[in-house]
Amino acid sequence: MSLIEVRDLSREFTIRKRAGRLRRTSVVKQAVHDLSFEIDAGEMVGYIGPNGAGKSTTIKMLTGILVPSGGSARVAGLEPSRQRRELARRIGVVFGQRTSLWWDLPLRDSFELLRRIYRIGDRTYHRNLDDHVALLDLGDLMDTPVRQLSLGQRMRGDIAAALLHDPEILYLDEPTIGLDVISKGRLREFLRALNHERGTTLMLTTHDLQDIEALCDRVIVIDHGTAVFDGPLPSLRANGDASRTLVVDLVDEASPIAIEGARVLKVEGPRQWLSFPAGASAAPLVAQVAAAYDVADLSIHEPDIEDVIRQLYSR
Amino acid sequence: MSGALHAQISVYAAIATRSFRRYSTYTVATLAGIFTNSVFGIILSFAYLALWEQNPSAGGYEADQAVTFVWIGQALLMTIALWSGGATDDLAERIRNGDIAVDLYRPVSVLGWYLAADLGRGLYHFATRGVAPTIIGALLFGLVMPSPAGAVGFLVSVTLAVVVSFAVRFLFAASAFWLLDATGPRVLLSVLATFFSGLTLPLNLFPDGLRQVALALPFASYIQTPADIWLGRHTGLDMLAAIGLQVAWAVVLLGVCALVLRAATRKVVVQGG
Repeated sequence: MSLIEVRDLSREFTIRKRAGRLRRTSVVKQAVHDLSFEIDAGEMVGYIGPNGAGKSTTIKMLTGILVPSGGSARVAGLEPSRQRRELARRIGVVFGQRTSLWWDLPLRDSFELLRRIYRIGDRTYHRNLDDHVALLDLGDLMDTPVRQLSLGQRMRGDIAAALLHDPEILYLDEPTIGLDVISKGRLREFLRALNHERGTTLMLTTHDLQDIEALCDRVIVIDHGTAVFDGPLPSLRANGDASRTLVVDLVDEASPIAIEGARVLKVEGPRQWLSFPAGASAAPLVAQVAAAYDVADLSIHEPDIEDVIRQLYSR
Repeated sequence: MSGALHAQISVYAAIATRSFRRYSTYTVATLAGIFTNSVFGIILSFAYLALWEQNPSAGGYEADQAVTFVWIGQALLMTIALWSGGATDDLAERIRNGDIAVDLYRPVSVLGWYLAADLGRGLYHFATRGVAPTIIGALLFGLVMPSPAGAVGFLVSVTLAVVVSFAVRFLFAASAFWLLDATGPRVLLSVLATFFSGLTLPLNLFPDGLRQVALALPFASYIQTPADIWLGRHTGLDMLAAIGLQVAWAVVLLGVCALVLRAATRKVVVQGG
């Protein structure tokens, strides 16, 4: 049995709109529609989609704070909306734009409070606190009130807080939003280590595709409330009309290279850009170019994942 | 079982302690508040003294009892968060901006959570903005002091006042689940509470009819009931009956809060992504 099982999950919202002075009409909006997927223990899954695609609605149903209108969700063998509090002891949730810490209290106090809330045993608590405080570099911040922390510091505090009770699953909603490059990198490193060393299952919603590239073996793309892609990252790249680019630096300027299976996109002096299907091998192409021309340098560019996803959405 | 109960109590005690500590970080605000309460206490005391000179036993209070009533009102004003400003304001704000989702993710009762936080806050405000102005009032006007039984009854009654006031504020704040913003209901509540708690005038001075209604409302639990216990107007069985009415309101209102919260979490969207 998978750790997370979602079958034909649906959630609709009724939106009332003003129509005329007093009349109101109701519009039913399908936020999530017949969504199905399974996630096994130890996976790191990127859950991506445009704004309003139904990402947060899904997470809310998986954590039990929103009741589905149809279908079923089971997380760690529990039904989230009926067993919300029981489930809460086994999952961790981190929001990039919200905090679970107490604004006016030092970080240490927030952690102490969570220790009581989750009834964390002494040994677990101290082990997790020591580990995470060291790895997330929170040592000097423990006595600082949360309101005085920078965004990156607060985010690290929030992640440590979400992990104190050893959750089996960690949901991360835009965890790197607003962070600088260095903070992002460190956070990703920490999450990868968490997954590898503790086997924590990660489900990550994000707009930052570098998060996905750095962390996730598997991607679920959702649009209009339903999954439009579910598979490993490389096959998302190979999916559809995505293409790779071969950049050739010739020794001398030449007319556009004419080779079977590739198309010239652009010529700039001795440099030419050739596009070829993402599914095809680059080796024969490189061999043909090298045989026909004097080549100074070559490089291959993977398709930009954003382009791939944009194509999925526009389908 | 008792282990689980102990763990429960330990959580709520921890929440109340942190809430107390949270308010105690704003020392300057507290000092400014004590000053304000004292100034209002002095102004109202002189107004009452003028009133009682015209009518020396209005509402059955002697002049010194009336002045004591003023200072009890000033002491309890913040303790019960009469004009809001307690944990329920946090609730309304967190519903409005969607942070309530974080509270719902936790394995503790949301109602218990906010009640514990409000009691911690109430204790802080009682110890500072309750006690300090009362000392000033006693030095300036010589207040009527309670009997030992009256003092114990008063403390019990004040605790219940915080619970009743919390439950009423919680209901008004929870309207944000449906209205998306609870500012309007909060203003309405402030007006009702100011008038019907006894803050402006003891409820016993209200005309017949209105008086009986006002004394039966939960707002009477805020200031009127604790003050009458302090002043010795409720003693013995009468005091138990007065406290019993507070307990009844507390239980009924907390029950309604639990139902409202359940309806809200089942039906209403938690705002924001």
